[in-house]
Amino acid sequence: MSNAPVDNSRRRFLTIATSVVGGVGAAGAAVPFIASWNPSERAKSAGAPVEVDISKLEPGQLIRVEWRGKPVWVINRTPKMLEQMKAHEGQLRDPQSEEPQQLDSAKNEYRSKRPEIFVAVGICTHLGCSPSFFNGGFGEFVEGTESGFFCPCHGSKFDMAGRVFQAVPAPLNLEIPPYTFIDDTTILVGEEEVA
Amino acid sequence: MAGKQDNASTGVVGNVINWIDDRIPMTRVWNMHIAQYPAPKNFNFWYLFGSLAILVLVNQILTGIWLTMSYVPSAEGAFASIEYIMRDVEYGWLLRYMHSTGASAFFVVVYLHMFRGMIYGSYQKPRELLWLFGMLIFLALMAEAFMGYLLPWGQMSFWGAQVIISLFGAIPVIGDDLTQWIRGDYVISGATLNRFFALHVIALPLVLVILVFLHIVALHEVGSNNPDGVDIKRKKGSVAEEDKPKFQFHEYYTNKKDIVDAIPFHPYYTVKDVLGVAGFLIFFCWVVFFAPEMGGFFLEAPNFEAANPLKTPEHIFPVWYFTPFYAILRAIPDKLMGVIAMGASIVLLALLPWLDRGKVRSIRYRSKWHKLNIAQFVVTFIILGWAGATPQTDLSTVLSRITTVTYFMFFVLLFVYSKNEQTKPLPERLTK
Amino acid sequence: MMKKLIIGLFALLPTFAMAAGPSVPLLESNHDLTDNASLQRGAKLFMNYCLGCHQMQYQRYERTFRDIGIPVEIGQETLIFDDSKVGSHIKNSIEIDDAAKWFGAPPPDLTLVARVRGADWIYTYLKSFYVDESRPFGVNNSVFPSVGMPHVLQELQGVPTARFEEVEEHGVKVKKVVEITTDGSGELSTDEYDQAVRDLTNFMAYVGEPTRLKSEALGYKVLGFLVILFILAFFLKKEYWRDVH
Repeated sequence: MSNAPVDNSRRRFLTIATSVVGGVGAAGAAVPFIASWNPSERAKSAGAPVEVDISKLEPGQLIRVEWRGKPVWVINRTPKMLEQMKAHEGQLRDPQSEEPQQLDSAKNEYRSKRPEIFVAVGICTHLGCSPSFFNGGFGEFVEGTESGFFCPCHGSKFDMAGRVFQAVPAPLNLEIPPYTFIDDTTILVGEEEVA
Repeated sequence: MAGKQDNASTGVVGNVINWIDDRIPMTRVWNMHIAQYPAPKNFNFWYLFGSLAILVLVNQILTGIWLTMSYVPSAEGAFASIEYIMRDVEYGWLLRYMHSTGASAFFVVVYLHMFRGMIYGSYQKPRELLWLFGMLIFLALMAEAFMGYLLPWGQMSFWGAQVIISLFGAIPVIGDDLTQWIRGDYVISGATLNRFFALHVIALPLVLVILVFLHIVALHEVGSNNPDGVDIKRKKGSVAEEDKPKFQFHEYYTNKKDIVDAIPFHPYYTVKDVLGVAGFLIFFCWVVFFAPEMGGFFLEAPNFEAANPLKTPEHIFPVWYFTPFYAILRAIPDKLMGVIAMGASIVLLALLPWLDRGKVRSIRYRSKWHKLNIAQFVVTFIILGWAGATPQTDLSTVLSRITTVTYFMFFVLLFVYSKNEQTKPLPERLTK
Repeated sequence: MMKKLIIGLFALLPTFAMAAGPSVPLLESNHDLTDNASLQRGAKLFMNYCLGCHQMQYQRYERTFRDIGIPVEIGQETLIFDDSKVGSHIKNSIEIDDAAKWFGAPPPDLTLVARVRGADWIYTYLKSFYVDESRPFGVNNSVFPSVGMPHVLQELQGVPTARFEEVEEHGVKVKKVVEITTDGSGELSTDEYDQAVRDLTNFMAYVGEPTRLKSEALGYKVLGFLVILFILAFFLKKEYWRDVH
């Protein structure tokens, strides 16, 4: 609209350059806003590994500990439980634990570092409820198996290794958290190796 | 942009724009208020502070929302939650310093913006309502800042609020009941903190945004004043074709008036404001990153100690932006009269459009008396600000009393001399 | 051993007031937040001498170790004296009520003391204890008269004695501390004690605002960026305004 001679290329260059630099600035200014949503030092501190004393854990008993705000189960499985697990493998979705729901150290028959001691995150892989532990009476849900986990929210079923049964809403086996035996009677939940 | 007609775009983008324009007046509003809004061509440095105030408002709202995510509004948890933000939340310290520095920056730009209005007579007819909306913004901003200052629940938060709320106790008959009602307790307490929090994060920001919107609507209806104080909108048909600007302005303005010496707001003032924003941010970020306490003016040392209702800090005074008015309050040795004087000092500012009976707006063409009066007002305001932030001594008391008188004299003198003021002849057109 | 520096400085102070308040001239702490060795020595002093009574209830061990360059495992072994986790706040286990009984008032939290009082105040305060048998703990402090705190660093400094002079102030004669000397029984020499106090002050200044250095490092980048934006915006504005001028 101007009568004065306009150097359009210079004008375009400066407009683009300023816009780009300004855009970079706006993106940079967004960083603190976005980063502030990460877990805070308090959350990280509360999420630190938890020690569990299993010296008084009787066979067949389950204890719950809180790790990163989630219930973690530690169960002392009886030989009978271990035995019965083999019977229903044909009814499981992922009997060989192919899905990455555990670290390699727990990718085995019993999904644990020691056959009898089972450690798992007690959160159903469907929508996040915490399943109930049936030490006896599970035959009602699965023929020939006395114990297992039943999720009261949507009826998902898991065996004593946290493996999910077929034909239930939950898609995956229960998650096995990283854990380490510090000594014979102490587990550190949340860390695979002792630092 | 300037050449674009309403509903005349083509191509994919154009089709989308047309689709929207058929449903909401996007292009029309853009043209009317930005691309084809006639702004006087001679805006100077003083005209940057309006857009900067909007920038600071956006900063306050964004950082405020983010702080709210980690702040705990309770007497038990507030102070600890601020330190949680400063230490445990990633970049929490930066968000908090941006907010605390932004509070002071808001008053810096608003005071400069108001001063601009005073020296160029921007409050005069027909911009009285524009000025009043501005004064309401100033009041809402003071309330917003005051309530926000209680939230960290430090010693200054607590005792500052204690003193300011006690001011209402000066009101005869209902005073004591009123202060108790405001606090919701016999002292400042968790109840006070919670209601201040609600007002600070929801009610007052809403009021501020609405008032800012009305302020801009009023501005665009009457048009911007300028450093010459000469109208750019002339009677229809009074301007020869060759004197009209070479730019296209929205017909909303050109249908009613002939316009001289104007340029479209966009791109000319948008690029100028970008320059102003960059310059402002250099100062702002310097404070945020290197001196967030600003020598105790932006963040006061006693406020790093949690509120203690049994122990008053040795020197208590408000943050710097309240000190001029606080000094007027302290200067008068009578509780009720002090409160009235403090209130009057703000009401008189709001009444400027009617106290100034002059016909010439800009200080450039007004009398020597007017220049002297404004100069003494600036000095007065600064001395009052200093006195209000200083422990009460003989010197500060004497000075604050003198300047309280000169503060009010500004308005009295203005009212008197402006009736028959010796002014210089106004230029026919805007000067460079 | 004569504390020559103190004497020299104190001799210059014309009004070393006995009254509370900011009227006492303070020494300069000359602390350096970038000096990790000093911060680490300060942290050690704090954990050994202060944490028994004072907490830093908003600051965490782990972040402190990280910031001042102590490997977390070493910090855990050498600087955490109770069963606190490394992610815990720096706290002690004394009961507030007991503390209030022992000292007259609960010992203040020290997380933010450097921001409330300033580093110079801390530095001067820690060098201003002197023997005063009239006080419950046998010591007084010329920066904080009648302070309810024992001189916990006495084993380092030695027994400090004050010399008084009568000074007239506002028409009243008052006794003022003009110099403080020690009997040399401390573990540290005068200069070593000054450095120890400086280290401790440095540590408290760091804890007061642990993000200070990070903030300044980021600040230089941001300002550099804004200067570039400003220059570009300047030429952009100039280019467009050729239409107008």
